[in-house]
Amino acid sequence: MPAPQERRIIFRHIDEAGYTPDLACYVRNGGYGVLRKAVSRKPEELVDEVKKSGLRGRGGAGFPAGMKFSFVDRKSGKPVYLIVNADESEPGTFKDRHIIHQDPHQLIEGTMIACFANRVECAYIYIRGEFPEGARILERAIAEARAANFVGPNILGSGYGCEIYVHRGAGAYICGEETGLIESLEGKRPYPRIKPPYFPAVLGLYQCPTIVNNVETLCHVKHIADMGGEAYSRIGTPNNTGTRILCVSGHVRRPGYYEFEVGRVTMGQLLNEVCGGPLPGRTFKAVIPGGSSAKVLRFGERYKGKRKVGADMVEYDWGVEDIPMDFDSLAMIGSMGGSGGVIVMDDSVSMVEALANINAFYSHESCGQCTPCREGSLWMKRITARMVRGEARPEDGALLKSVADQIAGRTICAFGEACAWPTQSFIAKFGDEFRGYAEAKKARGSGGAPELV
Amino acid sequence: MRPVNLRPETLRGIDEVITHYPQKRSAALPLLHLVQEDQGYISGEATEWIAKKLGLQPINIHELVTFYPMFRQKPIGRRHIRVCRTLSCAIMGGYGACAEFQKQFSTGLGGVSPDGEVTIEFVECLASCGTAPVVMIDDVLHEKVDAARARELSQGIKAESGRKAAS
Repeated sequence: MPAPQERRIIFRHIDEAGYTPDLACYVRNGGYGVLRKAVSRKPEELVDEVKKSGLRGRGGAGFPAGMKFSFVDRKSGKPVYLIVNADESEPGTFKDRHIIHQDPHQLIEGTMIACFANRVECAYIYIRGEFPEGARILERAIAEARAANFVGPNILGSGYGCEIYVHRGAGAYICGEETGLIESLEGKRPYPRIKPPYFPAVLGLYQCPTIVNNVETLCHVKHIADMGGEAYSRIGTPNNTGTRILCVSGHVRRPGYYEFEVGRVTMGQLLNEVCGGPLPGRTFKAVIPGGSSAKVLRFGERYKGKRKVGADMVEYDWGVEDIPMDFDSLAMIGSMGGSGGVIVMDDSVSMVEALANINAFYSHESCGQCTPCREGSLWMKRITARMVRGEARPEDGALLKSVADQIAGRTICAFGEACAWPTQSFIAKFGDEFRGYAEAKKARGSGGAPELV
Repeated sequence: MRPVNLRPETLRGIDEVITHYPQKRSAALPLLHLVQEDQGYISGEATEWIAKKLGLQPINIHELVTFYPMFRQKPIGRRHIRVCRTLSCAIMGGYGACAEFQKQFSTGLGGVSPDGEVTIEFVECLASCGTAPVVMIDDVLHEKVDAARARELSQGIKAESGRKAAS
């Protein structure tokens, strides 16, 4: 059951009784009606609708989707490719899984509309290797859509044709980075490419112009084509339009996925009202608002400054609970909306141990191409692991920070930032805990906290 | 080069998937998946065979096998237990579940259990954080796997192999 604060567009049929992932069910619910109308329009009109909608990418960076479409090099004469980024891997994020498993045709319809708008004739869905069932569901759905003439040559008699293929990854987080993904799709190690010159819109897959969009983003494209960009832009808040799915995990009573108009729910409403608050006898300690690379927020801290409301600048003084869950507000207070993965930790968790867990992840997933990231992520993992083993030193926090500070901004891709931000923010917000860790651990003895490393 | 005995349906899948791409090299990952599903792991012979099939050097395939965590160069147990290690699962008890699986099969991480039944691995985020801790057994995701549930799942695997041995 959706929570009352929700507005479900993308997740309208998720967990609905009797709703099945096959074509017949999708068509019974009006499916492919939007594609049918779209292919009778001019492709540029559809790109304009997406621009007008203000849609921002739901994969992590929040980049305007319409602008991404308009960057595509159409003069080169090369084919244009579209890649669906279904490599959902950012820890804390689990929305695309449900679209793929429960409503695959919504993704296929959105993809076909985006392909038509951008004159793409071949699209790939790059799905993470750990979704074998999802890959089979998508393949089945594409075959059904092809048989019904929604995919393939001469779609619905329009003269326009486009193929979609499913391509499985093999367990590497870096394949979610779009140029790493492209390398992987070319059959190579997924080492991200340097930009410039390798902007996918110009030199992407096979050195051809390429659009890479997240699963949820492409589903939004379907609804934008349906209701029009103007109408879509009225959902949500200015510059943070539409709905977005927030995935809540960790220490709340009702973890799960919830879809809201962007910016219409605060962190406090999300965690306390929608998710039922902390577990019995516990209090919230920290929350990571946008996937594990987003900077952590500490309950009890205040965020102050000035922000634009309409044409005016107004002062704000927020606690964690007051932060609206939109791209701009979370960026303004020094974190990010990222992929929408909200990870909640209560007072049972040691921040040193949580960071050690995160550092082990990033060290495992660094592709190894750039020295600061390959070595730095490893050192951060080793230092935090040593602390947890019982050999913490008071200066470890400063040491960790110095390592992290030498990674961000010195790498080919954003993984450098992604692996540095947790360490930087954990030390900034919970420095006292790092300094006092050795004593705290001794006092705590064994037990009393979840094992994290 | 020794022959790689792939099943006819695997060979058909391989020939089909190569047509999905304008450049054959793109089929490297799909071929590795198909061969691993057929043979359980990627042998040196299989690496050479795939390279030849795609007009590449063996190193072009080997470097993928060594990079991507899902490919392996050795056989594993009959069932593959992958426990999510990452933050949301860990704070909900993933380490406890993993320890229970290891205890049930008297084995450590990565190897094959003495009875040949399972290989247990810790893997990074499986993208089902809302129902943590999660575990994948072969291709199937299991949610909210605490130590008690890990014990149940282990007993299910053992009972099934007992039935197999009896029949």
